Amino acid sequence: MPIVQIFHKDLPPDKIQAYKFALWIGMASIIMFFAAITSAYLVRKPVGNWYEFKLPVQFFYSTILIVLSSVFIEDAYRSIKAKSEARYKRAIFLATSFGVSFIIMQIISWKAMVATGLFIDLNVSVSFLYVISGFHALHVIGGLVALLISLLNAFLYEFKPDPLRILKSDLVRQYWHFVGILWIYLLVFLILQ
Amino acid sequence: MSANHHTHIETDIHIEKQGFDDHFHEHHEGDKFQTNFIFKYIFSMDHKMIARQFLITGMLWAIIGAAMSIIFRLQLGFPNESMAWLKPILGKWITINEAGIGSLDPEFYYGLVTMHGTIIVFFVLTAGLSGTFSNLLIPLQLGARDMASPFLNMLSYWFFFLSGAVLLYSLFLSTGPFSGGWTAYPPLSALPQASSGSGAGMTLWLVSLALFVVSVLLGGMNYITTVLNLRTKGMSLWRMPLTVWAFLVTAILALLSFPVLFSGFLLLIFDRSLGTSFYVSDIFINGMALDRIGGSPILYQHIFWFLGHPEVYIIILPAMGLVSEVLSVHARKPIFGYRAMVYSILAIAFLSFIVWAHHMFMSGVNPFISNFFVVFTLIIAVPSAVKVFNWISTLYGGNIRLNTPMLFCIGFVSMFISGGLTGIFLGNSAIDIQQHDTYFVVAHFHIVMGVAAFFGMFAGIYHWFPKMFGRFMNETLGKVHFWITMVGAYAVFGPMHFLGMAGVPRRYYRFDSFEAFQGFDDMNKFITVAAIITFFAQIMFVVNFFWSMYKGRKMTTQNPWGANTLEWTTPIEAGHGNWPGKIPSVQRWAYDYGKDGIEFTQQHVPLREGEEHSSH
Repeated sequence: MPIVQIFHKDLPPDKIQAYKFALWIGMASIIMFFAAITSAYLVRKPVGNWYEFKLPVQFFYSTILIVLSSVFIEDAYRSIKAKSEARYKRAIFLATSFGVSFIIMQIISWKAMVATGLFIDLNVSVSFLYVISGFHALHVIGGLVALLISLLNAFLYEFKPDPLRILKSDLVRQYWHFVGILWIYLLVFLILQ
Repeated sequence: MSANHHTHIETDIHIEKQGFDDHFHEHHEGDKFQTNFIFKYIFSMDHKMIARQFLITGMLWAIIGAAMSIIFRLQLGFPNESMAWLKPILGKWITINEAGIGSLDPEFYYGLVTMHGTIIVFFVLTAGLSGTFSNLLIPLQLGARDMASPFLNMLSYWFFFLSGAVLLYSLFLSTGPFSGGWTAYPPLSALPQASSGSGAGMTLWLVSLALFVVSVLLGGMNYITTVLNLRTKGMSLWRMPLTVWAFLVTAILALLSFPVLFSGFLLLIFDRSLGTSFYVSDIFINGMALDRIGGSPILYQHIFWFLGHPEVYIIILPAMGLVSEVLSVHARKPIFGYRAMVYSILAIAFLSFIVWAHHMFMSGVNPFISNFFVVFTLIIAVPSAVKVFNWISTLYGGNIRLNTPMLFCIGFVSMFISGGLTGIFLGNSAIDIQQHDTYFVVAHFHIVMGVAAFFGMFAGIYHWFPKMFGRFMNETLGKVHFWITMVGAYAVFGPMHFLGMAGVPRRYYRFDSFEAFQGFDDMNKFITVAAIITFFAQIMFVVNFFWSMYKGRKMTTQNPWGANTLEWTTPIEAGHGNWPGKIPSVQRWAYDYGKDGIEFTQQHVPLREGEEHSSH
């Protein structure tokens, strides 16, 4: 049974499809979550007792990985719409691989931080960095689950580019772009701070 | 009887003629959910069943929460009486001295106050109120088969249930439940060594509330999507009943504010378990300085109240929506100023996000920043007054049926006015210096968002009980319930204003050792007695509720109240999918009462010859 179920099969064209809409609402609440944490950061910083340190360079590598992953998820969506099976399989595989490498790179970043003595309880500035990147990573893992399911579907089952599959692919794509853009926002925020 | 039978057939003909065929019953996915007991009553995906689950769970919590308040009221009213008789229930929290006098453990007193707040605010007035009625009414009043995602809807209930189970478990910990107040300010909430409830009790409190946030988000996502995407043909936004408007805006508020609370809780969890210093600093505990640096407890207060203030509107807006609808039906008049009602809901919702610091005037925030919050707080009086004016104008000249739902609506308006006026006092940062954390605040918020929201909920329950269970609640018991509650609530919270103006602080365990507050002993006794009587009236309501479920007068017609909205066009025992055939299409707004001399015209009835749309 699909997780999201719509009974109205023929929605009037002027109404946005409920699937996508529900996803956008979910994104809005995720935005509020990170807005709250970054606001807390802004409120806390001028109070003082703030340890300045350099962002781990690995964060920039992971940015490249997540952007590449976004490029391939876009390609996957376009190829399922174009009903091109081989291209779809390749794209979804690459998107998932880059997604997994993003998480691995984030873990490497945290290890590098720990190696230089930046523990989570060292100073609130460090704690914020772990909280922001950690909870972003959790949201990416949520998207990765969807990507892995798409990957399994792509390689284990028959290629069926019907409207429902295309819609699902679109949902995965939108969420994946969303966590990618969210990461870029968070990184820019951290650099500017 | 024959007239009713006539309208029955007429409704069916209208739906058949103008209805919208979505081929729902041609595939089986809609009906397979109800195949056996487990899927019909427990893991149900039918919004009507989920609504009843929310309602009954909410009622259980309401009894627990209210019973707690009776125990601490006994302590406040009769601090010298023996509580040994409560030993069988409270166990080790009652200590009995050599003389055989039992007294309530002060630590547990704080636990009771904290749990009372948490339970009533979150479990009863958020989940029990908007969970119940959003689920019941959004699909029914909009002409939808079910929520956008019945599965997420079911998850929403079960996350709520789990959240409740965790909190319930925390009541039985040997160290007691969390006892630092329902707002869970650090450092009491951040340091496990701060008090006995700050250890395991607080951990469970956080787990419970995190699960609760998940439940609210899943529910809210569904409510908004359903309202904006699954309305039937002809149901434009401006034809929606005010109930649905209120639920929509409530869900938007919840989706924007609960994630913020969640982030605040996460930082708190980090402070508790990973040694970070978001909220705690190098304060002294037991003569020892803590090895944390520079955390700010005020930061938590900002984050908490950024949710906390919208939360009070998450509680009151659904009640307002229910009252607007029920008031109009039983006054047999269109709601006065429909659009003004919608705009004022939107204005209140917007303002609710920029007033949070009025809870923090005394926390040392910059007084110039306070000015900003004072101004916006006072501006909320404007849309609130618009709503009150419209409710009273709807009553004016109406053909009023003084039945139980209507009485509770009028009671709601009364409570909302009394409690709202004291809000103007408290919203001023200068007056707040005296009133802050006194019984004046307790009186204010209990009347305006506690009692008023309960009255809205009661109005809704008495009015939609036939829709939920196919029977009516007992009217005589209902009226007795209303009058005792109405008089009782004022008797409980009215005197508290005087206590507060005299500076009596809230959350104290006893007052008799304070010279300044000794004159209030009799008043405290009076409040306690009134609270006990009011509590028993609620027990009577619960008895009436369950008795009526099985033995109440049967509903024999589809539309017993003569209401216009679509939920009254479904069969009395509506199955999954709500309408057996097509779904009705909407031809007019929801408030054509008394138009052209006709008592009421339901929303699915096409315009009569020569009739024009009501302007609203």
